[in-house]
Amino acid sequence: MNWHSASEFFAMGGYGLYVWGSYAVTAVFMGLEPVLAARRHAQARRAAAIEIGVDDR
Amino acid sequence: MATPSIRFFNFAAPSRFYALAGWLTPWLWAIAALLAGTGLYIGFFVAPTDATQGDAYRIIFIHVPAAWMSMVLYLVMAGWAAVGWAFNARLASMVARALAPTGAMFTFIALWTGAFWGKPTWGAWWVWDARLTSELILLFLYLGYMALVTAIDDTRRADQAGALVAVVGAVNVPIIYFSVKWWNTLHQGASISMNAAPKMASTMLTAMLLMTFAFWAYAFAVVFTRTRAIVLERERDAAWVGELTRPVARVAA
Repeated sequence: MNWHSASEFFAMGGYGLYVWGSYAVTAVFMGLEPVLAARRHAQARRAAAIEIGVDDR
Repeated sequence: MATPSIRFFNFAAPSRFYALAGWLTPWLWAIAALLAGTGLYIGFFVAPTDATQGDAYRIIFIHVPAAWMSMVLYLVMAGWAAVGWAFNARLASMVARALAPTGAMFTFIALWTGAFWGKPTWGAWWVWDARLTSELILLFLYLGYMALVTAIDDTRRADQAGALVAVVGAVNVPIIYFSVKWWNTLHQGASISMNAAPKMASTMLTAMLLMTFAFWAYAFAVVFTRTRAIVLERERDAAWVGELTRPVARVAA
């Protein structure tokens, strides 16, 4: 085990800002992109349903 | 319909692709989550602190996979764009368009995490070194491709113009990859190569490879989702889309 406490883990040997700054931005982007893609798909599906006159809720 | 062998070209039809990708996507998300969870656990709790770079090196578990993906996705995008252009294959052009935002995102992540690694390690967020500069150009190529295809109203002409930009821009990818060899860059050389032993501890390598496979699964899942959206946007008038959106048919599908 590398860390003896949670604070040691978050400190990352003094590099906390850099390590977590990298991971946080990556997490935001990779969390957001699938949501946007799924929303675009749902929108396209709804639009296609309206087109043929079927209410897809 | 009842053919004895599987005909893979069937999936070149947007309707088949739509169904297959829809079935695969949840599995791809599950694989991505599992691999990323394991990779991060090994990366943070098993892999030791680096002797020279301290714990700052743990950024490479996302930096290197993101940088690899940024280059691979560009080549895949250029490849499908070229196929769509040369053979007038509808689905290929749609896949090319769906790849661009994901590739751009991975390029941005590679640059961002690189800066956050460079600051403590080199003492600078950014340097105009060949590796960094060519990766920044890659980001502009992605953004240029996306801007171009959305700016042209005629879908087919937009796809063709996009394909031209994508294919010409592909020359940048080998430049990025070999930049650390061709020029005397501040960026370190390749961590892994085909003809030499990896220059890192095996637990570090394991974490990095698991994260790479996780990013692969992620890219497939998100690109499939976006391609399905584009298929529906473009084939709105097709009979199969009508069948798809009819509530009764949807239960069966």
